[in-house]
Amino acid sequence: MIRPALTLIAVMTALTGLAYPLAMTGLATAVVPHRAEGSLIVAEGGPVGSALVGQAFAGAGYLHPRPSAVDYDAAAGAGTNLGPTSAALRDAVAERRTVWEAENGTPAPMDAVTASGSGLDPDVSLVNARGQARRIAEARGVDLADVLAVLAAAERRPLWGLYGSYRVNVLAANLALDAAHPMPPAAH
Amino acid sequence: MTDLLGFALFAAALTAAAWALAAHMTRIYENAPARAERGLYRLAGVRADVMQDGRSYALAVLAFNAAGFVLLYAILRAQAVLPLNPDGVGAMAPHLAFNTAISFVTNTNWQAYSGEVQLSYLSQMAGLTVQNFVSAATGMAVGVAVIRGFAGRPLGNFWTDMTRSVLYVLIPLSVVLGVVLILQGVPQTLLGAAHVTTLEGADQTIARGPAAAQIAIKQLGTNGGGFFGVNSAHPLENPTVLSNMAQVFAILLIPVAFCFLFGRMVRDTRQGWAIFAAMGVLFALGLAVIHLSELAGNPLLGAGPNLEGKEMRFGAALSSLWAEATTAASNGSVNAMHDSFMPLSGLVMTVNIALGEVIFGGVGAGLYGMLLYVVLAVFLAGLMVGRTPEYLGRKIEAREVTLAVLAFLSIPLGILVGAALSATVPQAAASVQDAGPHGLGEILYAYASAVGNNGSAFAGWGAATQWQTTALGLLMLLGRYAVIVPMLAIAGSLSVKRQGVSTSGTFPTHGPLFVVLLIVTVVIFGALTFFPVLALGPVAEFTALRAGQSF
Repeated sequence: MIRPALTLIAVMTALTGLAYPLAMTGLATAVVPHRAEGSLIVAEGGPVGSALVGQAFAGAGYLHPRPSAVDYDAAAGAGTNLGPTSAALRDAVAERRTVWEAENGTPAPMDAVTASGSGLDPDVSLVNARGQARRIAEARGVDLADVLAVLAAAERRPLWGLYGSYRVNVLAANLALDAAHPMPPAAH
Repeated sequence: MTDLLGFALFAAALTAAAWALAAHMTRIYENAPARAERGLYRLAGVRADVMQDGRSYALAVLAFNAAGFVLLYAILRAQAVLPLNPDGVGAMAPHLAFNTAISFVTNTNWQAYSGEVQLSYLSQMAGLTVQNFVSAATGMAVGVAVIRGFAGRPLGNFWTDMTRSVLYVLIPLSVVLGVVLILQGVPQTLLGAAHVTTLEGADQTIARGPAAAQIAIKQLGTNGGGFFGVNSAHPLENPTVLSNMAQVFAILLIPVAFCFLFGRMVRDTRQGWAIFAAMGVLFALGLAVIHLSELAGNPLLGAGPNLEGKEMRFGAALSSLWAEATTAASNGSVNAMHDSFMPLSGLVMTVNIALGEVIFGGVGAGLYGMLLYVVLAVFLAGLMVGRTPEYLGRKIEAREVTLAVLAFLSIPLGILVGAALSATVPQAAASVQDAGPHGLGEILYAYASAVGNNGSAFAGWGAATQWQTTALGLLMLLGRYAVIVPMLAIAGSLSVKRQGVSTSGTFPTHGPLFVVLLIVTVVIFGALTFFPVLALGPVAEFTALRAGQSF
């Protein structure tokens, strides 16, 4: 019993713990290095984020992401884990709703007032994104229609029309906004 | 309606793929070892053609898992001074390493730690990934041995069954899934965390690492331990809707295939379909409750589906499908935070686990767990008509029923006694995050998850205290081996029984009547055992929420 146990755990460690992950790393790095290394978006000054990971936005001219339990700390993601009958959750949602509706002047959709599971959600719902358009347009000094057009271009649809939701990637939308309608110097 | 269509398409594709995989697995477990394998067995001193009885098969399982535990514990304790540690992670604390090592060896993958904070890349690869493979292969080997016993054949040889599960099932499937995940954007790199400056000028540190390879086997082996702390909710662990569908498919693939493998290996595919049907009905009922609860949402928070703890790309429907799949199949990975699901969803998830992980269940483990209920079901049927119960032509007698009851009792014993202690000892009760009935739900879920070797959690609950890591570590051992050992004993006992002649008085175990009886047996055992505590937890939480009460 002892010899097979020790030999096979050693062989399995070499095979599944070193050979397999290292071969996958080599393959990934050779074929799709950008994706293998976290899909980083590099601008003139260096990397500005990962295309897949949410980041915090507070400026009036930017599309705002969902609330996050960790303020978009991508070194230690987490949700609130508050249960459905939690008074703390109820109060936090009510407060976020007041703030969001004051900023945007339209009823807040559910995803704008609830925190995601990872705390790093890169997306907001279409309703959430469109609801913020007027504020973004005012801050950038452009027409509402211009902002809506950028948001529509950043829209992601359900897979095969069956799986997942209509949504907008916040970082992609904000990069597109900066490219199409740079912020007026005063708002910077 | 779109959701229903999506679920139906998923079920059809899954069933077809599992059927094909079962044909492949039948060949793997019934053919003689290939030449390359024979060299490995010679090196290990294994005589591949020697059949083991129930006792020596069980001892081999225990010896192999003990060796795995020691190695993993050592790696976790020493990771600070070992290579492949670009972010300079320190050694894991002894009690946490104890809990983590047991957790991965028993195929539970309960995470009392957060991967990106507390594990080096070497620990993730040579520590956890290895156990993801071999704990899954252990479950598959035991599952196959139990099937052989029920089919009246010798149980086989643990060392070859385990090795062949890794070489011919788990590695090929993991490579395929790993490549899909990499193409979808899951990182697979040895570079340390990335440092970026956001558009608003803030610093953001983005954890990454050799994630895709580990995530592939974490799903296929019903392991569930995430590379990142928030598991498959993390946008780098599960970046797209396609990666999500591939992962949830992988969670169920091998467990479903085991139903059909059973039918093929006992030379009567109808028996496999009967067990598949019983599991499928329970799965669909659970999914319906979770999906409707999450869609209806939380009246305390306003109108709309419940999105607290959920990712926007998945929404309520895919989070519900995952929640049902991961709790039914003893996987334990999550793509949304279970602590924030609605009360009835939490109820279903807890029950899925507390039944003993038999709704498809863990790889191999789900099938031998369900066969435990089959023994009890044919015994009940025998009592009702006054005949000696039989299954697949072999008499189920006092020895088998006693062993089955013994194995079953380990589940309520571990869950109820463990949870009761944790709810009353102040030091342990401090782990509870939420006030009110949901707090009891958190305790119950944690203990069910450990004993059921699931590994998911109501994650607000504090799992990293010394009390909880120790208690849950011990209960994971109970939940794993107190079922494996009796089931191998039952299989060993059945394997030497003569097959009787089927007569008109024999109770057929492939028709709808048997499927209903099996479902009723599972539900009655589960309901009778856990109803009182469920009434105080999720049911009370449900009624409180209906009354508009918060805590």
